[in-house]
Amino acid sequence: MFKVYQRIDHIAGNVVHVKASGVTYRELAQIESRRGESLAQVIRLQGEEAALQVFAGARGFATDARTRFLGHPMQVPFSEALLGRTFTGSARPRDRGPLPSGQLTMIGGPSVNPAKRIIPRNMVRTGIPMIDVFNTLVESQKLPIFARAGEPYNPLLARIALQAEVDVIILGGMGLKHDDYLFFRDTLEESGALARSVLYIHTAADPVVECLLVPDICLAVAEQFALQNRRVLVLLTDMTNFADALKEIAVTMEQVPSTRGYPGDLYSQLAARYEKAVDFDSAGSITILAATTMPGDDVTHPVPDNTGYITEGQFYLRNGRIEPFGSLSRLKQMVNGKTREDHRGIMNGMIQLFAAYRETLEKQSMGFRMSAWDNKLLRYGARFEKEMMDLSVNIPLEAALDLGWRILADCFEPAETGIPGRLLDKFWPRKM
Amino acid sequence: MSTTGRIVGVNGNMITAAFEGAVGQNEVAYAHIGELRLMSEVVRIRGRYADLQVFEDTTGLAVGNPVTFTGELLSVELGPGLLGQVFDGLQNPLPQLAAQCGFFLQRGVYLPALSREKVWEFTPRVKTGDRVTAGDTLGVVPEGIFEHAIMVPFRFHGSHTVVDIAPAGTRRLEDVVARLRDEAGTERDVTMVQRWPVKIPVELFVERLRPAEPLVTKVRIIDTLFPVARGGTYCIPGPFGAGKTVLQQITSRHAEVDIVIIAACGERAGEVVETLREFPHLTDPRTGRTLMERTTIICNTSSMPVAAREASVYTAVTLAEYYRQMGLHVLLLADSTSRWAQALRETSGRLEEIPGEEAFPAYLESVIAGFYERAGLVRLRDGRLGSITIGGTVSPAGGNFDEPVTQSTLKVVGAFHGLSRARSDARRYPAIDPLDSWSKYPSVVDPADLALARDILHRGAEVGQMMKVVGEEGTSLDDFVVHLKAEYLDATYLQQDAYDAVDGATSSERQKAVFAFLARILRAPLRFADKDAARSFFQRLSQATRDWNRMEMKSDSFRDQEAKIQALITEAGGHV
Repeated sequence: MFKVYQRIDHIAGNVVHVKASGVTYRELAQIESRRGESLAQVIRLQGEEAALQVFAGARGFATDARTRFLGHPMQVPFSEALLGRTFTGSARPRDRGPLPSGQLTMIGGPSVNPAKRIIPRNMVRTGIPMIDVFNTLVESQKLPIFARAGEPYNPLLARIALQAEVDVIILGGMGLKHDDYLFFRDTLEESGALARSVLYIHTAADPVVECLLVPDICLAVAEQFALQNRRVLVLLTDMTNFADALKEIAVTMEQVPSTRGYPGDLYSQLAARYEKAVDFDSAGSITILAATTMPGDDVTHPVPDNTGYITEGQFYLRNGRIEPFGSLSRLKQMVNGKTREDHRGIMNGMIQLFAAYRETLEKQSMGFRMSAWDNKLLRYGARFEKEMMDLSVNIPLEAALDLGWRILADCFEPAETGIPGRLLDKFWPRKM
Repeated sequence: MSTTGRIVGVNGNMITAAFEGAVGQNEVAYAHIGELRLMSEVVRIRGRYADLQVFEDTTGLAVGNPVTFTGELLSVELGPGLLGQVFDGLQNPLPQLAAQCGFFLQRGVYLPALSREKVWEFTPRVKTGDRVTAGDTLGVVPEGIFEHAIMVPFRFHGSHTVVDIAPAGTRRLEDVVARLRDEAGTERDVTMVQRWPVKIPVELFVERLRPAEPLVTKVRIIDTLFPVARGGTYCIPGPFGAGKTVLQQITSRHAEVDIVIIAACGERAGEVVETLREFPHLTDPRTGRTLMERTTIICNTSSMPVAAREASVYTAVTLAEYYRQMGLHVLLLADSTSRWAQALRETSGRLEEIPGEEAFPAYLESVIAGFYERAGLVRLRDGRLGSITIGGTVSPAGGNFDEPVTQSTLKVVGAFHGLSRARSDARRYPAIDPLDSWSKYPSVVDPADLALARDILHRGAEVGQMMKVVGEEGTSLDDFVVHLKAEYLDATYLQQDAYDAVDGATSSERQKAVFAFLARILRAPLRFADKDAARSFFQRLSQATRDWNRMEMKSDSFRDQEAKIQALITEAGGHV
């Protein structure tokens, strides 16, 4: 049925050009060369010529490779049987299991009608005070973790995945180190969470084009689970690798680069993925947590910068702790008014004092004399860092709020805290 | 006979078509995939090839597929029923789309923007034989709290005579309500709906006036320090997380205007949803009706097709011009103009135009200027005033204001509300930088008090900078008190708790009263034994004043608290 084209005209990077007719935009093709087979996708049509990006990479391809167009865009099978399985970036089994079967779902499908979304309303409890108290995670939120390459962002993702109350976990690895993949798999397995997880892993050793598919595949599968009333948590690591893969293809295609060589549509490309996070008005939800490494610890680098404009806040991981400044959950206001009445008061009050503490630290480092107020701040800051910020602290929200009041009462007079008088009257711990 | 063509190339959302016949720049065309028609716009013509940007996902298009050209520019429907609606960038009503297509947006589905079935109570305002021109009112229908004018279609040139006008009674949108004869004797029917091309400004007024009257937003730092005027323009640049969108949302709730049009352009869908779901339940204090009745949302969020994002700001401003023509005051909030500029950049890149700074097209500046210039306070032919105020957020890459979109915008706006990362990190909201921002419009408070406040803020910041170098011990007590006063003004007046019912919205009356009171505190000569005493005094004063901000004005507790603050000042040796 499908016509086979026997000649490749042009090979550059991972993109090949084939003269063909009747080809549609984004159609898949199967290319057989002496080195084996690979799937490829149409990324540009120009007259008689179709440009295809080759998933397995074009290395070793010869001009006599045979190209067969499949007549449809990229699809993934979806069924309950996916749970507990591990796949590669192009959805082939990585775990020696059978090829998955099930209803085929198009990846990179249309976006959700805003009129069918609802206001997020459920807090996701993590047991981490820096998240629960100060930047509450909310179901259907999309949130990146910004970190330097050496920070423990993968353990943090894994910990949130295990502690969060969700029905399905989907892990998308892009350019993941093989050890990190094993770490995720083993962590999920030990805690028994693997049975409700699906893993799509592109490791650093795999062809770069496959990396581009990972978010779309993960989110297409997540969408199907969410439509079946499940609460899905999608973990993506690391989105900077995804953006670099985009850059590579864009440069090969001779697109005009915008900032630092990234394509001009980087924002739209990232947004198309992150915006899949959703709370459906009569079905489940998708929450997205994505690690984004910052090259050179620079948040103004195009990848974290564009990400920050798309996501609903961000967590900065610095020196193994979630940094209170810059970290932000935009959706926290939707839920933190309903937790406990002192939640917002504690959140704002403690952070403002911590900001003052940082200023004092700066003064101290420059050798200035410390006033009585400075000394109070120093005492406060040390306790805050130790008892609240440390990532090993694992306590429920209510206990964290109580702890906050105790730290404040040990360090300050009520009026010094800037917390509304009404809350001080009710919650300020009485001196023994 | 319309022009047709065939696709010869597909590159992302850009297609190239070979055509026979005539094709106009910016004309709307449809690319066909079987039964499906994808709307697109001509952006460049070279010989017998036209480049078109497609407003939808182009997956599945193939070389050889037919393209039909419509001969019309991208236009919107204008008529009763626009208010309270949620449209995408091409004016498709999203709730109706959801009813038809379910959870996901389906491409190639285009629905009429306005309901054809709904009946309106029409009242004529002209008689047979009256002379009218485009934009004149022929009759009115009630639309929520407004009298919606049915006007002579904007595209009608020259003077017309009313041949026939419908009597009072119920009408549907497409019923003929009038028959007009132009000077050449041609007669035309007029219904309650008309179309207008979005990229062409509606300029059916007598003159444009200088914006002078403040537009009260109830955000203190804006109304007092960096005011916006009715018919003026302002921009809010800021890094991500500094609170641009929250500021826009607060403004859309409290601004003292008749109509608010929100253009959610390339931003998060979640933010639109908040407005969508909350506004129908929030009461507009000025009218007692829900906020939705005065709001229209044009929503083309970041994951929706990029080309339609560019159209969305024009759709929004065209709707604004339509309501201005009725003598109403309209506020247009565009969030974010950077996304719109990026859409231009993507298109420009695919056309392989020579890139300007940061790969933005060279015509970026004139396009931005052209958009903001569609704002303005105007006098209509019947003497009434109408206005469009445009407030646009800018999302500069890396939070650095030295980038093309911010700089092009600053040249054409009347007020600049620069959000600062340092302020938002310190949770000082709204994070408008009080030292960098500016406004060319008049404030709601006394100018002398304002000058004093600005002076204290500047000197306070200077002292703060100096203290970082010489330390507190190297600072004189007088300077230190200036610093504390600046911090006090910041904490109690410039910062505002958007989530507190009372503090979240401060009327201009309250701003005048409270600011005058604070100015007296700033002037009061206060005496302190040492710096620690001064700091502790201001901490107590701030606490008391912040509690005061949370009390209803004219309540007993408000007066009691004012007395308490007075007593504090007196204790420190000052008088207020």
